[in-house]
Amino acid sequence: MLSGDPLLSGQIDLAVVLIVLLKVVAVFAFLLVATMLMIWFERKVVSDFQNRVGPNTAGPFGILQTLADGIKFFFKEDLIPDRAERRVFILAPLLTVVPAFLLFTIVPFGGDFSNGHDGSVELFGHTTYLQLADPAIGILFALAMSSIAVYGVMLAGWSSGSKYPLLGSVRASAQMVSYEAALGLSVCAVVLTTGTLSTHGIVMAQAGSGWGGFIPHWNLIATGFVPFVVFLLASQAELNRPPFDLVEAEQELVGSYHTEYSSIRFALFFVAEFMNSVTMAAIIVTLFLGGPAGPALLGPGWLWGIIWFLLKMTAFLFLFVWVRSTLPRVRYDQLMDLGWKVLIPLSLGWLLLLATFWVARDQQWNGFVTVALGAVVGLTGYGLLKGAIATSKARRLEGVVD
Amino acid sequence: METVVFIVSALIVLAGGLGVVSSRNPVHAALSLIATLFGIAVLFLNLGAQLLAVVQVIVYTGAIVVLILFVMMLLGVDREEDLETEPLVGQRLLAGLIGLLFLGAVLAIIVIGKDAIVTGTQSVTGAISPTVSNITQIGTELFTTYVFALEITAGLLTIAVVGAVVLSRRPNDLAPIPEPESMINMGDEPLTAIPEEGAH
Repeated sequence: MLSGDPLLSGQIDLAVVLIVLLKVVAVFAFLLVATMLMIWFERKVVSDFQNRVGPNTAGPFGILQTLADGIKFFFKEDLIPDRAERRVFILAPLLTVVPAFLLFTIVPFGGDFSNGHDGSVELFGHTTYLQLADPAIGILFALAMSSIAVYGVMLAGWSSGSKYPLLGSVRASAQMVSYEAALGLSVCAVVLTTGTLSTHGIVMAQAGSGWGGFIPHWNLIATGFVPFVVFLLASQAELNRPPFDLVEAEQELVGSYHTEYSSIRFALFFVAEFMNSVTMAAIIVTLFLGGPAGPALLGPGWLWGIIWFLLKMTAFLFLFVWVRSTLPRVRYDQLMDLGWKVLIPLSLGWLLLLATFWVARDQQWNGFVTVALGAVVGLTGYGLLKGAIATSKARRLEGVVD
Repeated sequence: METVVFIVSALIVLAGGLGVVSSRNPVHAALSLIATLFGIAVLFLNLGAQLLAVVQVIVYTGAIVVLILFVMMLLGVDREEDLETEPLVGQRLLAGLIGLLFLGAVLAIIVIGKDAIVTGTQSVTGAISPTVSNITQIGTELFTTYVFALEITAGLLTIAVVGAVVLSRRPNDLAPIPEPESMINMGDEPLTAIPEEGAH
């Protein structure tokens, strides 16, 4: 019931339980290793962008640097400030890590989608998907977990009993709540196009040889780029990554919500942040770039699923680091303007346009007239919004309202 | 299995509810509320209502309690409170009595009704249809049978948002609200700061 996975639809015996346990361990280990490598990757790439060498002593190319740092964190003194709210202070880092782990459970990280296969693989004589869970609510679960993630940051800042962390956490909650709307609306566009919430279903809809045999059937194209761009921008804000890292703007807020944290608790925040980056890249790949779907060039199909997934994910992780090391941080009012006045109206308008498009196809209306009418309505809405913003600005300048 | 999940999540819901009313600190109360809402989400899952469970988490836990906490932090009302004083005399006793009354009523219904109440039919303990998912069914119902109610609700929410914006933007050419009679002519020092000796 909880899963569309063929593994759980039959008789549930010991082997099935063991396979599920194996998948849990595999996903857990993958996520930890990926996070470790991501921290190293980010430091290395950023230092390349800045003409530095970066970590280079621990292991080949400094690849074990994160491990060394982790061990160092374990042996550092764990401080709890006098004015901290003890229980919440201890709880907060855990509240950031747990959603970060849970988010990955719905991501399909492999499977045979080549040549019309349905993405299932044989594991010890049982057919199963290469993803931990495939609930019917699928991608909504991801939205739920990312809306929970704000608590860790918020409570960490509040419970520290100090000014800068509190300011950081107030910023964080405002920012994450604002951008969640844009994030949800662009996910909506994907769900509307594929007609399913299940992540496996979303990947299935993008598999196959695609248009003209070589242009992949990705949602990136099927939803018309705009939701993808909105999702990418909103996800960066949701992750509190530069250029939207106002939550931990070092020049203004010291270290923001984790200023008062030390030792392993600080490390937990750090790990959660990078883990969220990895998971967000995986979710973008799932939603817009077909996840593990791709042609099998040679060898077994299930292997190519994993290879395609990792390749696409790494490309996005590189993009994240690239953006981070190139763009300066935006101002807080610019951040809010981008979220509320650009991304939300844009994604809402685009969603309506997509819906019109699908209804027109169902009802076999004249395609040209429908699109033209939709564009006219959309432009009118945009004009009204522009007018409203301009009027309010003029009135503010006149000093009629505060 | 279902019973075990029910008992555990019901205990979480109850503990959270008790925490909300008995915490000295408002932030702890809000945290207990989160526990309660999560417990209810698990109860929904236990009943096979996956969509309701997720909506519960996204809307209540992820948005409403976040806003409650946000306002608390922003206004700085996160101090410990004295739980001993009663704003209304006898309100605790009254609340306890009403609670007991409700508990008695529910117990009475179960005892008197017996099997007629605890039916165990599919519509209460699981998804209505094994083939069509809950989400599809809810969507279809919302946009066919209840489309009018849906549109009215949407209009209501829009009006509420516009109203909130209008109310929060006070025109500043209005005359300032005069101080109440009791606050002026008390012979106090003026509220403006007196420049200190040698200030620069």
